[in-house]
Amino acid sequence: MFPSQFGYHKPGSVAEAVKLLQADPDAKIVAGGHSLIPAMKLRLAAPSALVDLSGIESLRGISVNGNVSIGAMTTYAQIRDSAKLKAALPVLADVAYNVGDPQVQSCGTLGGSLAHNDPAADFTAVLVALGASVKAVGPKGERTIPVEDLLVDLLTTSLAEDEVLTEIIIPGGTSAAAYEKFRHPASGYAVVGVAAAVKTGKGGVVDDAKIAITGCTSKATRAHAAEQAFIGKPLSAESIAAASAVAANGLDLNGDHYASADYRGHLVGVQTRRALERLA
Amino acid sequence: MVAEKLVGQPLKRKEDPRLITGAGNFLDDIKLTGMTHAYVVRSPFGHARITSIDTSRARAMPGVVGVFTGEDLAAVNPLPCAWPAAGGENNMNTPRVLALGEVHQVGDPVAVVVAETRYQAKDAAELVDISYEELGTVVDAYKATLDGAPQLHENAPNNVAVRWTCGKDADEVSAALAASDVRISQHIVNQRLIPTSMEPRGSIGRYDEGTGDYTLWATSQAPHVHRLLITAFILGIPEQKLRVISPDIGGGFGQKIFCYFDMPLVLWLSKAVGRPVKFFEDRSENYLSAAHGRDHITDVEIGASRDGKITALKVDTYANLGAYLSTVAPGIPTTLYGRMVAGCYKIPAIHVNVTGVYTNTAMVDAYRGAGRPEATFLIERVCDLVAQETGVDPAEVRRRNFIQPADFPYDTGIGMLPYDSGDYEKALDKALWNSSYADLRAEQARRRAKGNRKLLGIGLSSYVEVCGIAPSKYMGAQGWGAGLWESANVRIHLTGKVVVTTGSLPHGQGHETSFAQLVGDELGVPFDDIEVEWGDTLGTPFGFGTYGSRSLTVGGTAIYKSTAKIREKARLLAAHMLEANPEDVIWQDGKFQVKGSPESSKTMQEVALAAHVAYDLPEGMEPTLEATTFYDPPNCTFPFGTHICVVEVDADTGEIDLLRYVAVDDVGNVVNPLIVDGQVHGGIAQGLAQALFEGAVYSDNGELMTGTMNDYAIPKASQLPVYELDRTVTPSPVNPMGVKGAGEAGTIASTPCVANAVIDALAHLGVRHIDMPITPEKVWRATSAR
Repeated sequence: MFPSQFGYHKPGSVAEAVKLLQADPDAKIVAGGHSLIPAMKLRLAAPSALVDLSGIESLRGISVNGNVSIGAMTTYAQIRDSAKLKAALPVLADVAYNVGDPQVQSCGTLGGSLAHNDPAADFTAVLVALGASVKAVGPKGERTIPVEDLLVDLLTTSLAEDEVLTEIIIPGGTSAAAYEKFRHPASGYAVVGVAAAVKTGKGGVVDDAKIAITGCTSKATRAHAAEQAFIGKPLSAESIAAASAVAANGLDLNGDHYASADYRGHLVGVQTRRALERLA
Repeated sequence: MVAEKLVGQPLKRKEDPRLITGAGNFLDDIKLTGMTHAYVVRSPFGHARITSIDTSRARAMPGVVGVFTGEDLAAVNPLPCAWPAAGGENNMNTPRVLALGEVHQVGDPVAVVVAETRYQAKDAAELVDISYEELGTVVDAYKATLDGAPQLHENAPNNVAVRWTCGKDADEVSAALAASDVRISQHIVNQRLIPTSMEPRGSIGRYDEGTGDYTLWATSQAPHVHRLLITAFILGIPEQKLRVISPDIGGGFGQKIFCYFDMPLVLWLSKAVGRPVKFFEDRSENYLSAAHGRDHITDVEIGASRDGKITALKVDTYANLGAYLSTVAPGIPTTLYGRMVAGCYKIPAIHVNVTGVYTNTAMVDAYRGAGRPEATFLIERVCDLVAQETGVDPAEVRRRNFIQPADFPYDTGIGMLPYDSGDYEKALDKALWNSSYADLRAEQARRRAKGNRKLLGIGLSSYVEVCGIAPSKYMGAQGWGAGLWESANVRIHLTGKVVVTTGSLPHGQGHETSFAQLVGDELGVPFDDIEVEWGDTLGTPFGFGTYGSRSLTVGGTAIYKSTAKIREKARLLAAHMLEANPEDVIWQDGKFQVKGSPESSKTMQEVALAAHVAYDLPEGMEPTLEATTFYDPPNCTFPFGTHICVVEVDADTGEIDLLRYVAVDDVGNVVNPLIVDGQVHGGIAQGLAQALFEGAVYSDNGELMTGTMNDYAIPKASQLPVYELDRTVTPSPVNPMGVKGAGEAGTIASTPCVANAVIDALAHLGVRHIDMPITPEKVWRATSAR
């Protein structure tokens, strides 16, 4: 496990980080390092230099004020243990607890997960379901990108090479959210993960809902058909069954030697049902 | 006061504080002055002809000391295979140190870069330019034998490495099958596993120009054997010119028994570059090229009576041996598998046919259990198939077929040594009681009646295994290329402190503790005054190493016999010191006493001092208290037991939850119950991992798809159940301590136990068998098809 030679920078500010990235197009940002460093050790990645964001204090922290705002360098462990988040949006702590193992939770960051866009990541789907967006800072300043637009394809985002993801913003108004994960026995990644979030109105009628699938598609993907099956209705055994029956419709499912596309499609249905049952 | 016996106490391991605080000395901790680092360039193809190698770019890289290819080592012999299948056809092909002309698996070593640092070696290795002409590949043992399959070796038509049979004549067994009331046939795959010890493999070679001596540090379970193989068979140097040292070893599970290319390579390189050379593989290299385990494809035909008695068994197994024969590979699917398929049962007609096959995959050799897990999986699945077909309860099927206590020593008739002792029913009954078996079956019936989506499954596995691998005469007749005795030297120093040197070698087993307990009792010295040494061929008697659960039964008996020799000599000296007749001096309460006058006594330490200073010894007695024993046992030992597993299967997803795991093992007398429990825990985990999680997967072109721990599922603690352990004790009559061996039992028992539990959960849906690893998808497919 011996990576190629690389340079190392530890900027103290986002502006400095952006400058470093501009100066060296082959440099890569390292956040928690739990995806990039193993890839470098296997020489699947060989960046000219690492720009380590861990020295930028402003990128850490959680605030709840109607919206939830989480700094990009906030670790899973901080999310897992945050009393504020447990009160405001408990699904986040629940998901953080189920990412990897305690070592990964202590080092891995929310911003790193989104910027890496692993197709089997947990938080990508959860943040799509919650309608979250991210802030990114580049040479031309700051912009806001909905997470759904950030995630372009397998390991690909709409961030420019010299942009730094700084903050994740989750809008308020979610009545309930849940994430159902089927873990890979070796990697712990999602074989299938289903995140569901609903806004309910009078009489328990679902006014709005988002369901996002991870693990079996090239990126976290909305299950529109399932959403439409129960929006405008209360969550009931009937509407949940209707939603789970169509949850895999229209998804381009992948498979491997551990779990075929067919089986993952079946799991999408079961886990959609289970996630919605938790919201009912 | 009578000192409490050390044997039988659950003492904490002496070695643990060192090993768990990072104070151990493992191979990669060793740094020698002037040491260089080797990085091996490996084949990216499963089967190819090497058309050219250009090392010039690599040689020009910073820090590079030398770059070598197979051509440079053309005069070095291929590695030896020390255990051809006896009485069968063997078409031997063993690996070269570096490939010459052709590669046969992804990961075959083709060239080596030696550099000042590992980083530099790896950087330069990327610039070794090798051209290949790809050839056809085959990874499946059965397909490899079909006409038209790619051929790996000229002398092995249809890729057959080994053809071997045991038991009764095939026609006779076919007739017995035809005459049986119940007939079942089943195709069973015992998938390939990757051993995965915590520490991968490596070696360091140092050549001393002044003396012409070589030293090899290696992650080795058998340093004396490796010295023999490397000197006499590979490098052709005199045996005494090589010293082999095994430092602390971070687990082996069999994978470190074998002689690997890097061992002779670092020695050859150290002479070539004039400096010590270290090779240490990373996890991916280990997965790619160190020996794997299992990988059988079997068709079994079963005959039984309507009341569940097995009348005939015909077994046809294809054993995938990989691209070449590893050190003892052919012996595993033959002697240690074929001759153990009867399990704990009296089966009148058995025929086993084994075909060992070359494929474009990593070599397969002994892995924890080695042959017995495959045999036990087969016969324990057979018991459940008979139960399902006849409607007799699985526990009752086992009971009705058991070899009975009065039958021992018992000859199964298929060429294994006679089973030494056993009471299989006692262990079964204890396991049934401990698990509340009848209640479990009632709960299962209730859930089935209610259509509960959480399906309950109860699995049994009654096993017997052969361990304490020996005796030399038997193993010689089985094709084994050397003896299998063990050595021990025990000496009491002037200060009364004891040093024990053993030819066996710990890599997690706790030799320092168990052997000190044994010696402490026999010599009457405190536990902390005993040091156990191993693992260095310098000045120590030859020993065969640790595998096959043989350290205590064979190596421990050698120690025991050495202590007996010392005690007898010390008794004579004590009599001399006490001015008593030797006949009147007895060993009692940890001292030598004159019969009838306990106040007249000498401690072992007092006698040791007298023996060392030698001022006044009896006429003709040599100074010091020291004894060496070479012990070759009369028979192996046969531990046994019954395990019961309870699972809950989610009918919607196929997920499997391990609710309970009850084990009753009989390993004979127990020296340290804590260590035995630890062995059983680890063994169960490793075995159930085969049932549910692990499996090496190759693509058709020979690429290992499970090449990292991200894909190959080693279970984490959170994926394992709580173990409910218990024991029965049936001493072995084979050795004076009555011990049987405990290192492999858990692994052997648990694989079929867990598989049987999952299949049992689905039995009412008509499911008869699912191949391992039993993943949720396989469960879903088996149930949703019905």
